Amino acid sequence: MTTQSTGTSPAPATERRSWLRDHSELGVCVLLLVLGVLVLTDALTMDVDIAQRGPVGPRTVPLVVGGGLLVIAALLAVDVLRGGRGQAESGEDVDLSEPADWRTVALLTGVFLGAAVLINPLGFPVAGALLFWGAAFALGSRRFDRDPLIAAVLSLATYAVFNNLLGVPLPGGPLMGAL
Amino acid sequence: MDALNSLLDGFGTALSPLNLLWAALGVLLGTAIGVLPGIGPAMAVALLLPVTYGLNPIAAFIMFAGIYYGAMFGGSTTSILLNTPGESAAVVAAMEGNPMAKAGRGSQALAAAAIGHFAGGMVGTILLVALAPTVAELAVDIGAPDYFAIMVLAFIAVTSVLGSSRIRGLASLLIGLTIGLVGLDQMTGQQRLTFGSLQLADGIDVVIVAVGLFAIGEALWVAAHLRRTTGEAIPVGRPWLGRADVKRTWKSWLRGPFIGFPFGAIPAGGAEIPTFLSYVTEKRLSKHKDEWGKGAIEGVAGPESAASASAAGTLVSMLTLGLPTTAVAAVMLAAFQQYGIQPGPLLFEREPELVWGLIASLFVGMVLLLALNLPLAPLWAKLLRIPRPYLYAGIMFFAAVGAYAVGGEVIDLVILLIIGLIGFGMRRYGLPVLPAVIGVILGPNAEQQLRRALQISDGSVTGLVNTPFAVTVYAVIVLLLAWPLLKKAVIRNRVVSP
Repeated sequence: MTTQSTGTSPAPATERRSWLRDHSELGVCVLLLVLGVLVLTDALTMDVDIAQRGPVGPRTVPLVVGGGLLVIAALLAVDVLRGGRGQAESGEDVDLSEPADWRTVALLTGVFLGAAVLINPLGFPVAGALLFWGAAFALGSRRFDRDPLIAAVLSLATYAVFNNLLGVPLPGGPLMGAL
Repeated sequence: MDALNSLLDGFGTALSPLNLLWAALGVLLGTAIGVLPGIGPAMAVALLLPVTYGLNPIAAFIMFAGIYYGAMFGGSTTSILLNTPGESAAVVAAMEGNPMAKAGRGSQALAAAAIGHFAGGMVGTILLVALAPTVAELAVDIGAPDYFAIMVLAFIAVTSVLGSSRIRGLASLLIGLTIGLVGLDQMTGQQRLTFGSLQLADGIDVVIVAVGLFAIGEALWVAAHLRRTTGEAIPVGRPWLGRADVKRTWKSWLRGPFIGFPFGAIPAGGAEIPTFLSYVTEKRLSKHKDEWGKGAIEGVAGPESAASASAAGTLVSMLTLGLPTTAVAAVMLAAFQQYGIQPGPLLFEREPELVWGLIASLFVGMVLLLALNLPLAPLWAKLLRIPRPYLYAGIMFFAAVGAYAVGGEVIDLVILLIIGLIGFGMRRYGLPVLPAVIGVILGPNAEQQLRRALQISDGSVTGLVNTPFAVTVYAVIVLLLAWPLLKKAVIRNRVVSP
């Protein structure tokens, strides 16, 4: 990294930023490293005297997995610094020529969390409809006449099919209590 | 002829009116979900898991059989009519199928695919009936060290055969193994990676991991890169084949299974390699070489038949050894575990009704698939026009239903989202998803077998390699690992020698 940032370039800050963007995969290495340390600490702080049966206790495999994570984090870092890049996945509806749309991802994440919080107080039919409508909105659908209707029908139908036909209980909430 | 009798009993189970209904429902749902662009068979099966929660295991697996074959057929419909295959196994179907559709022969392409699936599935399932009991019988005597060896083979195969980067495959596998560690240690009850949380002490449900990685991860990933102009699907009529087409394709239909089945049974990436091999074979044998690339019907018939047979091959190793070789098999294994059933050599002894009912319903499902899909094809083609916001909002919606239905806990939804975000990151940085899922499913099991083997040998490592079976498996693993090096050496020799 030093070669890039200490150069005579007029704008080392932007250069460093673009270097980081090019090597953002190093973030994966950091995450793997953190995960490895987490697994190792958990294994080492384990109180294994309780009931160890056999020569291999509950510690061994976590130690191997944690160690493996550290090794892989290092190997991946070497690969990335040498110019190796993971290939982003393509698909039917995926257009990789444009930069990632983080706003949509953040919106979807928020909508999903919101629905998770609302499912117990409002019941599945309401929370599910909000999830569908919110997600469709985040993905760019702006049909305010049609979207909520589809969401409501889908959510109610799913609730009825799962709860009453398939025997998978879902919380009805106050709405179902009123009906 | 023991297998035949058991199979007849199986038909008795599968043909009961209610089970027949579940099979038909599975085929319909599987095809409908599989046709939707962006949804491959693995995601389809994962999303439809909750539908079966309320059913008894036999009905559930009969439905699954239908979903599996339906989703595979649905995927090839998408390839042929849209030319943007979402999963690698359907790439080959697009190569000849899409030019056919463009030339106005979409009906014939779909018919060749549907009958190819039927033929491949039939031959594949017959091979399954013939082979599975034998494999199970051979495997009944294998012990903990052998199981451990098989699972190590699965780990190595899934990380080094698939994908372009072994390091990234291994990273994915280790992420999966870590998720699998969360919860109480099965042998001692020791808490691992639970951080004192009661919810985590139960472990993270495999279904949530599968739905999170396959469905939420995919939906978020597509959302970040949504194509603004979606491809136009080619409208199609009722599939049919003329006599000349049948004459050209019947041999391809029959050749496909013998390429597909063996590849499905080994951990080599499922239908991807055999469909391609079948394509190349058909091209070499074709009398109409000038048509290739412009819509040769054999290029649809052969690979589709191979793909369908590979699904049957997958079931051999899944049912007899508990070894999932594809993403769909991994999800199905998760479903088995949901019911507390452990697939493996003993499955045929302990749950004959379930296994043979499942196998018989594969035959039933194939007939239903052919009977339903030929007339319904124009309807399926309409599904391709679904607006993308609805499609991916629907995926999020049903993923939430599935995760919530597992245990009725809100925390499961949060875990689902976190795993979905991991899946998103994995797609962004080219980490394959399958090794992680295999790691979650097989990891805890592999650990148990390892510890059991070492318990028997009193801690001596030789206890892992004291059976001929285990030694053979480890030899295969060494070959797999050494293969890239060997290949490099061979290429270097060739460059040097002339």
